[in-house]
Amino acid sequence: MPMTTAFRIGAAVAASIVLSGMALAAMKVDPAKSSVSAVFRQMNVPIEAKFKRFNAVVDYNAARPEASKASVDIDVASFDLGDPEYNKEVLKKDWFNAAQFPKASFVSSAIKSGAGGRLDVSGKLTIKGRTADVSFPMMHKKEGANDVFDGSLPIKRLAFNIGEGEWKDTGMVADEVVIKFRVVATQ
Amino acid sequence: MQRYTLPAIVLHWLIALLIIGGFGLGLTMVDIPGITPTKLKYFSWHKWIGVTVFGLACVRLLWRLAHPAPAYPSSMPDWQRQAANVLHGLLYVLIFAIPVSGYFYSLAAGVPVVYLGVLPLPVLIEADNDLKPILKDLHYWLNMTLLAALCLHIAAALKHQFIDRDGVLKRMLP
Repeated sequence: MPMTTAFRIGAAVAASIVLSGMALAAMKVDPAKSSVSAVFRQMNVPIEAKFKRFNAVVDYNAARPEASKASVDIDVASFDLGDPEYNKEVLKKDWFNAAQFPKASFVSSAIKSGAGGRLDVSGKLTIKGRTADVSFPMMHKKEGANDVFDGSLPIKRLAFNIGEGEWKDTGMVADEVVIKFRVVATQ
Repeated sequence: MQRYTLPAIVLHWLIALLIIGGFGLGLTMVDIPGITPTKLKYFSWHKWIGVTVFGLACVRLLWRLAHPAPAYPSSMPDWQRQAANVLHGLLYVLIFAIPVSGYFYSLAAGVPVVYLGVLPLPVLIEADNDLKPILKDLHYWLNMTLLAALCLHIAAALKHQFIDRDGVLKRMLP
């Protein structure tokens, strides 16, 4: 075999390994531009609060969206209601019980591609030690070099035991809470 | 002696009752330690009272502009008339300024106001951590000013009733 042919094959193999490696590698998530928040209603007043610390891992494969994966780990102690007293309250046993369950997490199990950048994501959501199957739409778009993923997921807080005791009253804090997220990443 | 018009009298006493209730509720709720459902309920009620006072104050101001106050007794010295006018002016300013300062304090804290839990009111400013403590202090001190002005207002009314015996209070009694 002439050297040049061997070299070409070798180069092609190397390139395909590199390319497939790139496709499999997780994207680089920009935490400053990404956000995870929860919108809840207290006596019908909508309040949005952010989780300041979370770790999102997105492995988006544009050619084969169904091969994509997404997961996020949220530090529940970073929930910021804009007031130190409230932030302390939600760490207690009745709410997140952060001492025992410091993390909330989501791990995708299937991602299906729809029209216009829509992705139908399903997976397992774990909050306060309880896991539930969830599915929600997520929009994907390119913004310059960035891949932006936006979505929201309505959950029932009582299904995760969020708000025990006197806080079970959904007249005070509604059962439905919407988790909103935006992940900005680059390949 | 000529009395205030019936709508003016009704608005005066209604606003007075709401202010006393809202003031008491405000002091009570901030004294509840931690966060409890009762505390959050009181916060909402307090805001609803404030919005109601603001709405009634608007009606009252318009009514007052269209219907001048009955004349003071001729026996009342000039300095007292001027003092009464200044104090009434201050009370009018406060019944607007206090609900408005509380409203913006709530918005700065990131909590919109939903009147009676039904009607979402406009979110005019974004949550603002720098503005929040300033508006909190402003709301508090405007209320302390109101408390002082109210004491003078009541003292003057009682003086007219029991010392001057000039019938000034009767113009506003229900």
